[in-house]
Amino acid sequence: MSLVYAGVLSHAPGITGRADLVKNTARRDEFYGKLDQQRREIEATGAEALIVMAAEHFANFFMNNMPAFCIGFGEKYSGPIEDPDWLGIPKTDVPGAPDLGRRLTREIMQTVDVAYAEEWKFDHGIMVPLHFLTPKYDMPIIPVNINCQGPPLTPLHRAWAFGEAIRRACDSVPEKIALVGTGGISHWPATPDSGKINEAWDRDFLDRLMRNDKQALLDYTDEETYRDGGQGGFEIRTYIATAAAAAGQGELQFYTPELPIFAVGCTVARFSLE
Amino acid sequence: MSLYSLQKFLYELNRDEAVQKQCRDDMDALLEKFDLTDEEQTALRDGDIGLLYVLGVNGQILMHFAAFLGIEWFDYLELMRQGIRQHGPVRAGVYAMTGGGDSFTEEDSR
Ligand SMILES: [Fe+2]
Repeated sequence: MSLVYAGVLSHAPGITGRADLVKNTARRDEFYGKLDQQRREIEATGAEALIVMAAEHFANFFMNNMPAFCIGFGEKYSGPIEDPDWLGIPKTDVPGAPDLGRRLTREIMQTVDVAYAEEWKFDHGIMVPLHFLTPKYDMPIIPVNINCQGPPLTPLHRAWAFGEAIRRACDSVPEKIALVGTGGISHWPATPDSGKINEAWDRDFLDRLMRNDKQALLDYTDEETYRDGGQGGFEIRTYIATAAAAAGQGELQFYTPELPIFAVGCTVARFSLE
Repeated sequence: MSLYSLQKFLYELNRDEAVQKQCRDDMDALLEKFDLTDEEQTALRDGDIGLLYVLGVNGQILMHFAAFLGIEWFDYLELMRQGIRQHGPVRAGVYAMTGGGDSFTEEDSR
């Protein structure tokens, strides 16, 4: 077994960029503490590389050539593409794991068609997780993307199949690999409704996720998700794929809708690997 | 209707520092490379967040552009609301305003 960790976390740019605007600083600091705990848990596994399964926001992929799935083979990456002051994260280089990424992809492609990329610029979707999980940017990263932005979106059942393929691939190599999925549950980011959160919908989704109930997790149409969870809700794909990779039950370590300035219900969770 | 080109312009700008430099140095030459209507060109030149939002530019693409322009967070949200008041609802895409235009953020003191 060489997948040694699977978890999920939020990535909204406000988490780092608007930290100083937060009113509920106690809740904010509790959230940051849970993210730091996630870092320590990943480090304790001895992971040699971290797969970040993200839902990118037009840093690399556009409607001229939009992959349903993409895996990065870069020697190194750079980010954030956003104004560093706006995001609260300085521009930096991040090491890749090209050889490992190729080997994993060869196995993943046995069941799921994926694109690959030797270049990749990180946006907040990857930089915010790395800021907390690998603050020295010294862990080799394998970026992975699921199309959650440019409809038609990757179907949920394909995200599940992709997660299963990632697990099979990780277990076929000798390296110890950690996986985090990063997305949002309900949110309406980058609209005037930024800060709107459907807590009931979030908690219901998290319940399905922590039970790792495949049937319940795949039982959303995009129309329902858009209505109840906003266009940010499309990012549940990364959480669903992570659950598929883990195969075990989840443990919700943190969730709060009380930081609307971060524009998402802030979430940290881990899965047992089965 | 060239929303595709409009978004492509902003996509290239958002991800590439060389394009950002060209945008500051010679916006006209940059704009010529894209198939844009006069309205779209003007909106880009003026950094008209409200109009770009209503035209249907994807919210993530527009948010990064607003950050590039150095617009403060609550001003950026308000500019989108103003765009809707002035030009009507969002015309395309999935980033429409779904609330009544009120703030959902307790930190927003305006
Ligand atoms: Fe996102």
